[in-house]
Amino acid sequence: MAMAEGHKSGAGRYMTVYILILAIAALQFVIAYSNITGPQMFARMLILAVVEAALALLFFMHLSDNHGLLWFVVIFTVFVLLAMQYGWTDSFRELLGAPWAKVGS
Amino acid sequence: MSHADTMGGHAQVMEKPAFAIPAKKMAMWLFIIADSATFAGCLVAYGFLRNATPDWPRPFHSIVNVAIMTFILLTSSLTMLFALDAAKAGDKAGAFRWTLITAAAGALFAILHIREWLGLIGEGMTLLKNPWGTGLFGAAFYSITGLHLLHVTCGIIALVAVGIRYKGGRYNADDLEITGLYWHFVDLVWMFVVPLVYLLNLGH
Repeated sequence: MAMAEGHKSGAGRYMTVYILILAIAALQFVIAYSNITGPQMFARMLILAVVEAALALLFFMHLSDNHGLLWFVVIFTVFVLLAMQYGWTDSFRELLGAPWAKVGS
Repeated sequence: MSHADTMGGHAQVMEKPAFAIPAKKMAMWLFIIADSATFAGCLVAYGFLRNATPDWPRPFHSIVNVAIMTFILLTSSLTMLFALDAAKAGDKAGAFRWTLITAAAGALFAILHIREWLGLIGEGMTLLKNPWGTGLFGAAFYSITGLHLLHVTCGIIALVAVGIRYKGGRYNADDLEITGLYWHFVDLVWMFVVPLVYLLNLGH
């Protein structure tokens, strides 16, 4: 049944993606020792992690073979992450125990 | 005999499977989406705590252990793909062997993880306190890595169970692929745990 879905597989492609993911992971470890600020380090590592995850989703989990499912996963994930960013900013208000009007005053 | 014939003409009124994939595979994708929201929630909460806490500790002085763990888990994803390739080529013995190699890699990862935990506990890091800074660090670290370790453990059990049933003829290549999806997801989560929980807390 899986073959009927048009699944393309091959050790060569898997090895290429695997080596690419390993290289990106190694780059994260190099960045961890670089002399940059915390926010810069966070941004670079997060971008690399997203690239790693995208490669795994597309080629290891075969989402590149099913565009409908790919969009379903991407749209849902982006929605959840954006919703959490709303919660993120609001959590500072909860931490300070003050309503929005009093924060920063 | 066509599918419509076997359905006695009812196939026309039945809905097509969502995204043209088997229902059990769709169920696994829905689980992965829901579980990714759980991990995203944990990591966002962790980031918030880390950002808002001035005395956040940086207890990791070596990346060797986490680098080895990462290499093992990434490699286990590759061996899982080899298992799937073998299964689709009809090589049952090969698929079973690669599945067991994947499970063994997962077990090795879990052993290294537990060894790391024991080392941190030995240094005085518990859920509520540690010698380096805020006690929140232990709670956040053990919660996130513990949740991931739980997923790894469940994955190892699932790989062995599905592998044995596949070899026995009760399960097919699709079942192996669905278990593989879960295993790749566990690997994918680790790609975010390593930089956020380990590398950003590296003591310089």
